[in-house]
Amino acid sequence: MSEDVHLSQICMDFGSFRAVNNVEVTIKPGEFFSFLGPSGCGKTTILRLISGFMEPTQGAVKIGGKDMKGIRPNARPTALIFQNLALFPLMPVWENITFGLEVRGVSKEKRRAKAEELLQLVDLHDSADKRISQLSGGQKQRVAIARALAVEPKVMLLDEPLSALDLKLRQHMRAELRAIQKRTGVTFIYITHDQGEALAMSDRVGVMSQGVLQQVATPQEIYNNPVNGFVASFVGENNVIQGKVASVNGGMAQFETAKGAFHAKLGASVGLGDQAKLFVRPEFCSLQPTNETKANSIAVEVTEIAFEGNFVNVFVRDNSGDTHMVQVQNDPSLPPPAPHTACQMVFNPESCMILSEAATSRHGH
Amino acid sequence: MQELIRRYGISLSVIMAAMTAFWLLALVVIPNLVLFKFSFRLYLPVDQLGGPNDVYTLKNYVTFFNSPIHINVFFLTIVYSSLVTLICLIITYPLAYILAKVLKPTDTATFFLVLLIPLWVSEILRSFAWFIILSMQGPLNAILTGIGLIDKPIRWISGFQSVVIGLVYAYILFMLFPIYNAIQALDTNQIEASQDLGASTWRTHWRVVIPHAKPGIASGCVMVFMLCAGSVVVPTTLASTNSRWFTEIIQQWMFEGLDWNVGSAYAFLLLALCILFVSLVMRVLNVRLVDIAK
Ligand SMILES: Nc1ncnc2c1ncn2[C@@H]1O[C@H](COP(=O)(O)OP(=O)(O)OP(=O)(O)O)[C@@H](O)[C@H]1O
Ligand SMILES: [Mg+2]
Repeated sequence: MSEDVHLSQICMDFGSFRAVNNVEVTIKPGEFFSFLGPSGCGKTTILRLISGFMEPTQGAVKIGGKDMKGIRPNARPTALIFQNLALFPLMPVWENITFGLEVRGVSKEKRRAKAEELLQLVDLHDSADKRISQLSGGQKQRVAIARALAVEPKVMLLDEPLSALDLKLRQHMRAELRAIQKRTGVTFIYITHDQGEALAMSDRVGVMSQGVLQQVATPQEIYNNPVNGFVASFVGENNVIQGKVASVNGGMAQFETAKGAFHAKLGASVGLGDQAKLFVRPEFCSLQPTNETKANSIAVEVTEIAFEGNFVNVFVRDNSGDTHMVQVQNDPSLPPPAPHTACQMVFNPESCMILSEAATSRHGH
Repeated sequence: MQELIRRYGISLSVIMAAMTAFWLLALVVIPNLVLFKFSFRLYLPVDQLGGPNDVYTLKNYVTFFNSPIHINVFFLTIVYSSLVTLICLIITYPLAYILAKVLKPTDTATFFLVLLIPLWVSEILRSFAWFIILSMQGPLNAILTGIGLIDKPIRWISGFQSVVIGLVYAYILFMLFPIYNAIQALDTNQIEASQDLGASTWRTHWRVVIPHAKPGIASGCVMVFMLCAGSVVVPTTLASTNSRWFTEIIQQWMFEGLDWNVGSAYAFLLLALCILFVSLVMRVLNVRLVDIAK
């Protein structure tokens, strides 16, 4: 039903420009894997390499252990859902869905039956004979998914398929896609620049920057233990403090900064004496009264409070004028300190990390 | 019209409208109406004009249907115009596809320039150039014998061969542009989606590209067919002893027989029968006129 995909040291050059650099990853059978990264980092290029619209300059794409070199897109066990869906406007819904079966010579009755079955699966009843132009955005989405599923691909490739939808529908379709993936057991490779989407849907996420795969891990691992400053700041919010590693003790380190010394987890690529940055998530910070100075704290003054509904963002300024953010649960019985209150921002050594600031870049090979 | 007045003011708008109306009326509608009227009257000596014989009649039209030779020529004109249209389509479709979807946009511009340059030369000169190219001692035969493809020169200018070659050359761009435009407007992702779903190149064209390009193909075909059937210069310049074109008969009536009445009746017959033929073909191929106008 599903196959693994192995990208073996692949590079893709456009002229002298290297769009994908040395990407090495194995995506397991039946896994929901996301490539997450900013615009232009090479996500679509990777998808086109897997689906066969491009051949890598170096390295190999292997699906189910088989090298795909020289195999054209129409002979690969993949199905691609395009960013703009690319449904065929001149065919009714059911012909769209079964186009892949039509080219395989399946009879009309069988195709029609399969179309009805797939429409059930994607929760679109009574739409078989509609024209594509009569469907809403979310319905088109489902038709595109059904069309891709009809050819029973081993690997499904999705290029930001939800980006054109409004927020509500996007969240609904997230759950739906995830459910369809679980039901069919097909390997999904999903591309997005939306971290929320990647974290919510995926078994594992690969974070990319400038053509280089920075980290491959579960969503929790990506969020809680980013390997470098790029991953930390691309996924979620951070308070960042510049400094130097003063001493190392196992996985922990002492970090000297202009705002004082902090105890924190040491990131993988940082060593004793390195210039680095301390990353602290706003929700791991708390604000406490100034009466006794705690470890891992910065003296601050509250400047602004932004009410977000289920939580509150408190903006604070330290003595050197830098702004930090502290996120607290909305609790009417325990309101956040009012603006101009002096307090200390405290964080646990276990929930902050010392990381090198830069991502591995496509030019650094 | 209101938009026009708002943009150019009332006086300029009136002048523009008047000039358009003049062009349409004086240069298109009135001459045609005059010919139309001619076609229902008889060719009489001057002294009988206005006399008892000067009546409106269908006799001129009947002349055509009583002349098997003319009917035969008309039939051949339709057949060979259709053949030219088909040849143009077969050559043009792959070319249009390559120009629209395979080449880089920068190369496309160069290609179009190369294709358009011959249009700067008049149709008569281009037909005559083909007359020279195709003649017994001409360059085409010289090249073909030179590279050893044929042993002795071919008589190109015989039957309808040379006329068909000349017409294909003269009108092929009228086929290329509408098809190019239609294919250009197709989202490349649709072609890729079709391939990704397993379709062969052939089927991708049959199910995705051609249906999308159908209005362009239809308008190209109608244009080329009508231009061919109504063409005078190419069929006369490249004519052989046995390639008569219907327009040549009209010309004969008008300028050799000096009988403008039968001549115009033939001209309107050609127009009417061609329109009938085109609409029949369109009906069969399930293309609507509104699609073509797009
Ligand atoms: N055919 C091509 N020729 C030249 N450069 C290309 C080509 N395709 C992509 N690139 C370049 O490669 C880089 C990566 O492009 P890609 O489309 O993979 O980005 P992406 O991560 O999908 O971005 P987005 O989120 O905006 O879709 C970009 O800088 C782009 O300009
Ligand atoms: Mg992209």
